This record gives sequence, C-alpha cells and structure tokens, in this order.
Amino acid sequence: MTAHDALFYIFAGLTLVCGLLVIANPFSRNPVTSAMFLVLAIASLAGLFVLLNAYFLAAVQVLVYAGAVMVLFLFVIMLLDLKEEQRRRARSWTINVLSGAGVFSVAAILWIFFRSMKNSQLDRSSVAVVEGATLPLGQLLFNNYLLPFEIVSVLLLVAMVGVILLSKRDLR
Amino acid sequence: MKVGLEHYLIVSALLFAIGLLGVLIRRNLLVIYMSLELMLNAANLALVAGSRFNGNLDGQVFVFFIITVAAAEVAVGLALIVALYRKRQTAHVEDLTSMSN
Repeated sequence: MTAHDALFYIFAGLTLVCGLLVIANPFSRNPVTSAMFLVLAIASLAGLFVLLNAYFLAAVQVLVYAGAVMVLFLFVIMLLDLKEEQRRRARSWTINVLSGAGVFSVAAILWIFFRSMKNSQLDRSSVAVVEGATLPLGQLLFNNYLLPFEIVSVLLLVAMVGVILLSKRDLR
Repeated sequence: MKVGLEHYLIVSALLFAIGLLGVLIRRNLLVIYMSLELMLNAANLALVAGSRFNGNLDGQVFVFFIITVAAAEVAVGLALIVALYRKRQTAHVEDLTSMSN
C-alpha cells in the first residue's frame, strides 16, 4: 500500500465518520456540534481533493465552505437561540423505511456510476495526470467557460440583493 | 488493491446517502441545511474524481461553479430561515405544519 492509498483511506474514513456525526450525533443534538463536524468533514474532503491533484479546489473548499459558509451557519445558529431538538422515540417502521432509503440511494447511485464507467470508451490506464493548479484552471475558466462565469457573477448579485430584501425588518 | 475511480465514487455515494438520511431524520432546519451541503459535497467529490481519472479539467471547473452557487444558496436559505424565525419563533419543521390538511 502506497502513501497515497493510506492517505485516501484516512481521509475517506474521516469524511464519512464526520458526515455521520453531523446528522446523528449520539452525544449531542446541538446544531453547533453538527456545524463543527461539518467543518471537519469538509476539511477532510479538501484532503481528498489534494489526493486527486485538485489543489485549487482544495483551497477554495477550505476558504469558501469551511470559512465563509460555516461562519454564516454558526452566526445564524447563535442568532436564533433555538430550543433543543426533541429526541424522538423511533418507531420500528421508521427505522426500516430510513435504512431502506439509505441502502436504495447508495445502490442506485453506484449502479449509475458503474454502468456509465462500463460504457465509457476511455482507457483509464493510460490517462495523463492533470493538475488542477490555479493556472490551467484559470485558463480554462476564462477561455471555454467565460459566459457561465459571467452568469455566475450575475447570480451572486441577485442572491445578494435577495438576501438584503429578505432581511429587511418589515417584510411585506 | 490500488485506489482508483471506483473507491472515490463509493465514498461519494455513501456521503450522498448520509446527507439524504440527514434531511429525512433531523427536525432542525439548520441541520437539514447542513445535510444538503453534505450532498452537494458528495456530488463535487464524484466530479473531481471523474475529472482526475479522465484526464481533463472540465469537471473541476464545474465543481468551481457548484461551490459558487452553493455559497449563494446558503446565503439566501439562511436569510429565509431568519425571516421565518422572526415570524414564527421556530426553526423546527414539526412546528411548521400550517400548510398540512
């Protein structure tokens, strides 16, 4: 097992365990705990991105998700002062339905993935290693994807105006 | 066994299922939102893995756009939750049943 493989298993395990602790933490129902484990899950996902040579995206993941988005989440959690979520007694059919939904979604997604991999014409053993550094990604972004880039900037403006309008006190 | 595209896709599918279950079992709107983020991240992981093992960067550009849209979506969604909290003093989905029946 190479160092790459070992790091993959470490980061993948960390991502899945932290993701599980976000949704079902046996010790705490506090949303702040969920947010903290989401930060950990996102940071280990950034580690997986580094293993996939997507260096720029790993940096963006940490900056935007673990930085900006999580600060927003924590800010709103502390602003709202929510009451504790009730721990509900799970009925047996609920557990059956939920585990069925989980198994079904994993199976369906994996079926789609592996079928499309089988049908793809690409010979993956001889693929050149691409590095997602800032320079090649930026060249692609500003040549082939210039129009989507501009549209995304308009989308951000629309979101900003919408948020300001929603946050006004007298919402009619 | 050498780590390949299959391993990353399995991790991505499991992470997506975790996010889906989070949306189903939690009652706090904010935690439901975090589960949505987990699902988006699972999709990102699948795209980056596909881009790496197919030898082109288009998948990574797509992930870049997804991250931008997700940031905008979180801002709007949290503003909606705050507006809802002002009106109803709650952010739990079992208290928001005025549209049932």
